[in-house]
Amino acid sequence: MPRALSQRLFAFAGVLVVAAILGFLVLPAVVVALAAFNGRAILSFPPETWSLRWFVKALAYEDFQAGFRNGLIVTGWASSIALLVGAGFAFALDRYRFPLRGAIEAVLLSPLVVPHFTVGLGFLIIAAQVGLARSFTTVVACHVVLVLPFVLRSVYVSLRNLDRRFELAAASLGASPGKVLLTVTLPLLAPGLVSGWLFAAILSFNEFTASLFVTAQRTQTLPVAMYNYVREYADPSMAALSVMYIVATATLLTFANAYLGLGKVLNVEHAR
Amino acid sequence: MPAERMAPAAANVVPLLGRQDIAVRLDGIVKRFGDVTALQEVQLPIRRGELMTLLGPSGCGKTTLLNLVAGFLSPDRGDIAIDGEVVTTVPPHRREIGMVFQSYALFPHMDVAANVGYGLRMRGLARAEIAARVAEALALVKLTGLGDRRPRQLSGGQQQRVALARALVIRPKVLLLDEPFSALDKSLRGSMQVEVKEIQKQLGVTTIFVTHDQSEALSLSDRIAVMSDGRIRQCGTPDEIYRRPADRFVASFVGDANVLHARLERFEGASAIVALGAARVAVPADALSGLAAGAPVDLFVRPEQLRIAEPGQAVATQGIVATHVYQGGHVDLYADVAEMAHGRLLIRLPGHDAIARWPVGARIAVTLGDAETVAFPRGADAAPLASGNGPAQT
Repeated sequence: MPRALSQRLFAFAGVLVVAAILGFLVLPAVVVALAAFNGRAILSFPPETWSLRWFVKALAYEDFQAGFRNGLIVTGWASSIALLVGAGFAFALDRYRFPLRGAIEAVLLSPLVVPHFTVGLGFLIIAAQVGLARSFTTVVACHVVLVLPFVLRSVYVSLRNLDRRFELAAASLGASPGKVLLTVTLPLLAPGLVSGWLFAAILSFNEFTASLFVTAQRTQTLPVAMYNYVREYADPSMAALSVMYIVATATLLTFANAYLGLGKVLNVEHAR
Repeated sequence: MPAERMAPAAANVVPLLGRQDIAVRLDGIVKRFGDVTALQEVQLPIRRGELMTLLGPSGCGKTTLLNLVAGFLSPDRGDIAIDGEVVTTVPPHRREIGMVFQSYALFPHMDVAANVGYGLRMRGLARAEIAARVAEALALVKLTGLGDRRPRQLSGGQQQRVALARALVIRPKVLLLDEPFSALDKSLRGSMQVEVKEIQKQLGVTTIFVTHDQSEALSLSDRIAVMSDGRIRQCGTPDEIYRRPADRFVASFVGDANVLHARLERFEGASAIVALGAARVAVPADALSGLAAGAPVDLFVRPEQLRIAEPGQAVATQGIVATHVYQGGHVDLYADVAEMAHGRLLIRLPGHDAIARWPVGARIAVTLGDAETVAFPRGADAAPLASGNGPAQT
């Protein structure tokens, strides 16, 4: 039966709207990616000539290299410390009942009510007081605070979904509590732990607002270095950096998803 | 002999039984969850090598009792002894128990062989011995060759076999089975039950089996402890439980029972004579002690003990056939009878011609013959349960 014209028009309009929204979502990435291949020294769209020179320049630029190294140091420490602390809190919240448990849970799991610049400013003031101003310690501590809720949530969700009977079965088979943790609990939580660490790492590596307050020339992370660059120059190296960043993150997440099944951790599909 | 060296707390609990005959002793167990008392003064000795079933409706405390034996919970009062040793405060991993969970709880990140060998690795056995014993255990449950499969690649029945092998391979002092058949479909359940029973007898492992399914309990157990409201109502062989239920709860929960309004006529030694219509039937006197002659009693009669009266036989009750349920080997005939305490009278008749001989609407007279029955004072205790009261339940 042929559909009425109005129905077909309506369906067509629907397709248009969806396409427009999707286009709008990827538009910034597309614009930046194309601008990165511009042959000329201006950030324009669409590019008039094509070149890879801005990739070469971005990779060779010393502040970016230092920022990348600093970023890796800060990210590695911050997300690892956040994983340990967050996993500890997640275990405590899941397994034990204690005073103020509800309040602690709410604080640790709440979406970030404190803005990043407040956290950064706070750490700047504290660090100056204790004589750690503009050291890596301060940057790492600041990032731990910022990414902790994400790690905690990831581990906590995995723990809630973990069937306690696996642990009881292990205990009945002669495994001491420590052995149960090592041979059953942690392996079953591994996807949650790794994905928690991964998201913390991505957040930390990207973090700009708070980092601007707590980093110095010696400790500046990549986003801060990019900000400092863009204040003085407006060539497409920034865009080239963005493209490399997107490709690297996408590759990392694709591998992580293939090996760990992040869908399960993110509750996209149910574990059983 | 190590079993002779007794921990003092268990020393004089049962002086008559040889101690080595008792594998697990539950002594005055009390367990509360908040305001709810899950177990009240439970006393249960379990003999070596027997299959003891804890049977009861959900919430009766049977699973709590199993978790106490496993060590997953600790009692508020009382003691648990395994092989004569008080283990009340011993953590689960030092109790030498094997447990099969309702959901099997197979480790999803290990293959079948690693699952089965887990307990042996925890005991620090040599690699070669572990491999040999895992192979032996897999052969026992007929899963030879499936050692490298992952649990999720197995069917429900196979998963259960792995769970059983994993629990048995450590040669546990006690095997605990927590409703292990409830997740299987009906056809598989029967064959798995037979198999588990055979393996249990072959190994002679003391087993505690928890179920709410009374037919499963009757068919598998050496002895049954019927539980309700945190108490053991009766402990005995399936036959004792079925033919000589100790109280109304046991009589209604285990098997189908017709509850008929009858009258106590007199006591005769250890028996009481109960009158129902023109029929007289002897029941154990102890359940009726203290009642005067003529007192109203409830007579519990199994459906297979009732027969349609032949001319000349004493008629216990009369009624109108309401409906039939054809069961293949027998016919369940439901009749409306005035003396029933509730629901319809259920008569289980052998053969296939019962439907033709006594069609719906036919008037029938029923006789008790020399049926083995029990009676309890009218209306005391336990509400009627949903067994044998109408075709809706079958």
